[in-house]
Amino acid sequence: MISVKNLCKSFGNFVAVNDLSFDVNPGDIVGFLGPNGAGKSTTMKMLTGFLTPTSGHVRIDGRRVSKNTTQLQKLIGYLPEGAPAYDEMTVYQFLHFIADVRGMTKKEKMAGLSQVIDQIELHDVLDQPIETLSKGFKRRVGLAQAIIHNPQILILDEPTDGLDPNQKQHVRNLITSLSKDKIVVISTHILEEVSAVCNRVMIIAAGSKRFDGTPLELQQQSRYYQSVTIKFSYAADITGLLEIDGVDDMKVNKHTGEVTLFPAKGQFILGPVTEYIHHYKLPVDRLHVDQGRLDDVFMQITS
Amino acid sequence: MNAIFFIARREFAAFFATPIAYVFIAIFLILSGIFTFFVGDFYERSQADLTPFFNYHPWLYLFLVPAIAMRSWAEERRSGTIELLMTLPVTSVQVTLGKFFAAWLVLLLALLLTFPIWWTVNYLGEPDNGIILAAYTGSWLMAGAFLAISMCMSALTKNQVIAFVLAILVCFLFVVSGSGIVLDAFEKWAAPGVLDTIASFSFLNHFDTMAKGVLALNDILFFMVVIGIWLYAGLLIIEQKKAV
Ligand SMILES: Nc1ncnc2c1ncn2[C@@H]1O[C@H](COP(=O)(O)OP(=O)(O)O)[C@@H](O)[C@H]1O
Ligand SMILES: [Mg+2]
Repeated sequence: MISVKNLCKSFGNFVAVNDLSFDVNPGDIVGFLGPNGAGKSTTMKMLTGFLTPTSGHVRIDGRRVSKNTTQLQKLIGYLPEGAPAYDEMTVYQFLHFIADVRGMTKKEKMAGLSQVIDQIELHDVLDQPIETLSKGFKRRVGLAQAIIHNPQILILDEPTDGLDPNQKQHVRNLITSLSKDKIVVISTHILEEVSAVCNRVMIIAAGSKRFDGTPLELQQQSRYYQSVTIKFSYAADITGLLEIDGVDDMKVNKHTGEVTLFPAKGQFILGPVTEYIHHYKLPVDRLHVDQGRLDDVFMQITS
Repeated sequence: MNAIFFIARREFAAFFATPIAYVFIAIFLILSGIFTFFVGDFYERSQADLTPFFNYHPWLYLFLVPAIAMRSWAEERRSGTIELLMTLPVTSVQVTLGKFFAAWLVLLLALLLTFPIWWTVNYLGEPDNGIILAAYTGSWLMAGAFLAISMCMSALTKNQVIAFVLAILVCFLFVVSGSGIVLDAFEKWAAPGVLDTIASFSFLNHFDTMAKGVLALNDILFFMVVIGIWLYAGLLIIEQKKAV
């Protein structure tokens, strides 16, 4: 278990991480969200023992990272931002090196290597110097390096940055398959990634925590959560829609002619709205219920 | 312990994966040849020893060792691999030692490759090879001192050029601190004790006897202490940068 208490980090006068507290338990796949410069990477660097907190502390299984750095680092697999690697080494040499330094025995090393090479599909580039790899492959090598020792804690800083949609999907599936009973923390600024992979979302902005909950809870914060959007076949009298029980607000899109009805907090308006439409025989082409717009919430929370 | 070995092995291989080590060794060999045979009056002295060869080593190391050491930390910082390295379960001590031994080994290799000069002197006369071996050992030890200083300077910055220049500056101070210019400058106002202390830091003074083949314990200790202190200073800088 990771336990973060009142974590702060300043660079000179600049406060990058400001009084952050949270716990992460096995089974949690935490999406660490925030605009650029929010302090995500800085927090991860403190989780992994690369940076020492200015104040506050990080504990793993009850032990402080800044005191027991090397022992605790054995439990962690870490992909730093930008997936740095020794460019002149081949993929195979590099993974060997990481396994060696991690103190894996020959047997563990061979098993670990062949497993990650399969999982991450690195067969074709094994003997290629890392400097000649595409961005996508470089990122995958970084990922392979992080999971080679089958760590209990996986910390990935923007694991899908720079990948094409297929590769993104691949990496997300991989993370999901790896994450059983583990602690996974991934930072990202891609909102869909969070609903796709994570069971917990944490949003930070300007170094402070702004939200901590499930992806569903995040969606529920959206004005669009359970909102109903209707496209009418031709102009109809819509003034009555606002009077429906539970409808809080209405917005008409001038270009498409679509009408969006927003529910009051905690209300479900689909039933009443369809009833109303039936009753007045309104000419409806299409109708859909929104599950919430994450970008909308994200802006609202972080601004 | 193993981690030191794996890190050193990687560093050593990295020297040869890029042209750095080859260029370094080539320049070292060419310059030692020039200094020994042309500048150092190897033939004119008509003595069967390698004193001219060893006498120029401090000056060769002054530029070449900072060149070998400048990337050690600076490049890790620039490329971000330092984050990878320092989040592996190894201590900064292990990383520092691994890096040091790898580069020191490259320096040893360069020294060993000067064997044609040794071979020449054996061909031409009958030198005391014990003395020559002692001088080689002393030279390698001194190279280690240059290296520890240069690595410490590399830990300060992510810019290799800055690391290089800083290293030359500091090494230069250690080389010349025993020379006439420096001592004259201090003579007018410094107490004799201070003067002796400054002179005692001089690489030239300590290497002088070694170059003649005398491995005195105090000279050996001097270089070992210098290596230890500067490696430790580099370590402190690395640790300090974690806390910023
Ligand atoms: N070593 C450093 N020195 C000074 N400022 C830094 C340093 N590292 C990060 N920062 C600043 O701290 C803030 C948070 O950075 P970071 O944690 O990288 O953000 P994120 O990963 O969320 O984009 C940024 O404004 C960044 O400029
Ligand atoms: Mg970042």
